[in-house]
Amino acid sequence: MLKGIDYTFERGKTNLIIGQSGSGKSVFLKCMLGLFKPDKGTIAYDGKPFSSFSDEEQRELRKEIGMLFQGGALFDSMNVEQNVMFPLRMFTNQRKSEMLSRVHEVLERVNLEGTGDKMPSEISGGMQKRVAIARAIVNKPKYLFCDEPNSGLDPKTATVIDNLIQELTHENDITTVLITHDMNSVLEIGERIAFLKDGVLAWKGTKNEIFQTEDEAVTDFVYSSDLFQKVRDAQQKGM
Amino acid sequence: MLKGVFGRMTKASVLRNLILKEINDLIMGSMGIVAFLSFFIGAVVAIQTALNLTNPLIPKTLVAYAARQSVILEFSPTFISIIMAGKVGSFITSSIGSMRVTEQIDALEVMGINSKNYLIFPKIIAMFTYPFVICISMFLGIAGAYTAAVLGGFVTSDQFITGLQDEFIPFHLTYAFLKTILFAFILATVPAYHGYYMKGGALEVGEAATTSFVWTSVVLIVTNYLVTQLLLS
Repeated sequence: MLKGIDYTFERGKTNLIIGQSGSGKSVFLKCMLGLFKPDKGTIAYDGKPFSSFSDEEQRELRKEIGMLFQGGALFDSMNVEQNVMFPLRMFTNQRKSEMLSRVHEVLERVNLEGTGDKMPSEISGGMQKRVAIARAIVNKPKYLFCDEPNSGLDPKTATVIDNLIQELTHENDITTVLITHDMNSVLEIGERIAFLKDGVLAWKGTKNEIFQTEDEAVTDFVYSSDLFQKVRDAQQKGM
Repeated sequence: MLKGVFGRMTKASVLRNLILKEINDLIMGSMGIVAFLSFFIGAVVAIQTALNLTNPLIPKTLVAYAARQSVILEFSPTFISIIMAGKVGSFITSSIGSMRVTEQIDALEVMGINSKNYLIFPKIIAMFTYPFVICISMFLGIAGAYTAAVLGGFVTSDQFITGLQDEFIPFHLTYAFLKTILFAFILATVPAYHGYYMKGGALEVGEAATTSFVWTSVVLIVTNYLVTQLLLS
């Protein structure tokens, strides 16, 4: 599925993996998270190969990983506050007052103060994503993985989520890896971009470079949207 | 799956709350239907037995004897377990299956939590309180039989009490509770397996719940046969 990928994600930056559906983005993400084992090759965290980690080391590493799933993956049986508190309850020995204080701090950061007692089913899709972000960052992770965080959201809410992810990445010096096929996200927060095609790393660069590249596979993907085609045509006409 | 369930344990304080929640959902939530069914099936067993005792040489105390034996040996442990396979089993499959579909299980795994232990182990422990449900079912089944037989005028209260104590073999209770414990384990694990390993979307959650009910019932009936063969024959 994935072939010859050699790529380093930068700390403190939003690293985007883009590509069409079926290009191998999700498989790549699952390999990085250790949910799939690659047949060959190495995935390393801070230079140390994941495969060389003992079970205990893998568990310790996972505590430093925050993950934002496509659908939010909030626990239905818990309210917003309990969802966000979950990693703290599982991995720390903090007192409840300390945990609550941290939960309120992150909920405030994602602009969701006052929603702690609501159940996931009682809040909108955008709010669910923000709760999921709060849960992902509550334990101060070093790495944040996001699987198509904008899927199912309106453009305005999608932009809010994108910007929130980028702000948190910079504020907390997190290595963020974000999978998307949404070109608006690329335009908003694509500090470093890897383009996958048929399981191969076909191109890498920045958001400025992606709109200037001559690479056919990349331009096909980028300008597959009418909007971006019109923008390019307008730019070429000097409008 | 069982290796994972009994593998790396979830934090004790979290596990305690999960077990209490499961006892509430799986056991306490089933008490109403179990009580209702037990009382009325016990009553029907007594009426059926009484109506079939046409030979005057057969003592009336047999009504209570038959009700007691039916309720303790088969009705409460086995019949109620089949009902529980529908109620509790479907609940377990659909709740775990929904978590699979909505990536909640993946979320647990990514966090480094043993999802099998977190989700299934508390259910198994909670189901070990299942003999308590069966105990109540036995009591209510016999109470139902007493009510129907005495109030229906088939036997006197004294005849019923005498029949109830007639040739009582305490090992039958041991047999009933031994198989109840096995059934409890089956009721927790077979539906959990179907929920945990399901693939697909919401429609498949429903299919998994149905399949889980069928397989749980099959495993219960076969286990019932084997245990009976081993312990009573």
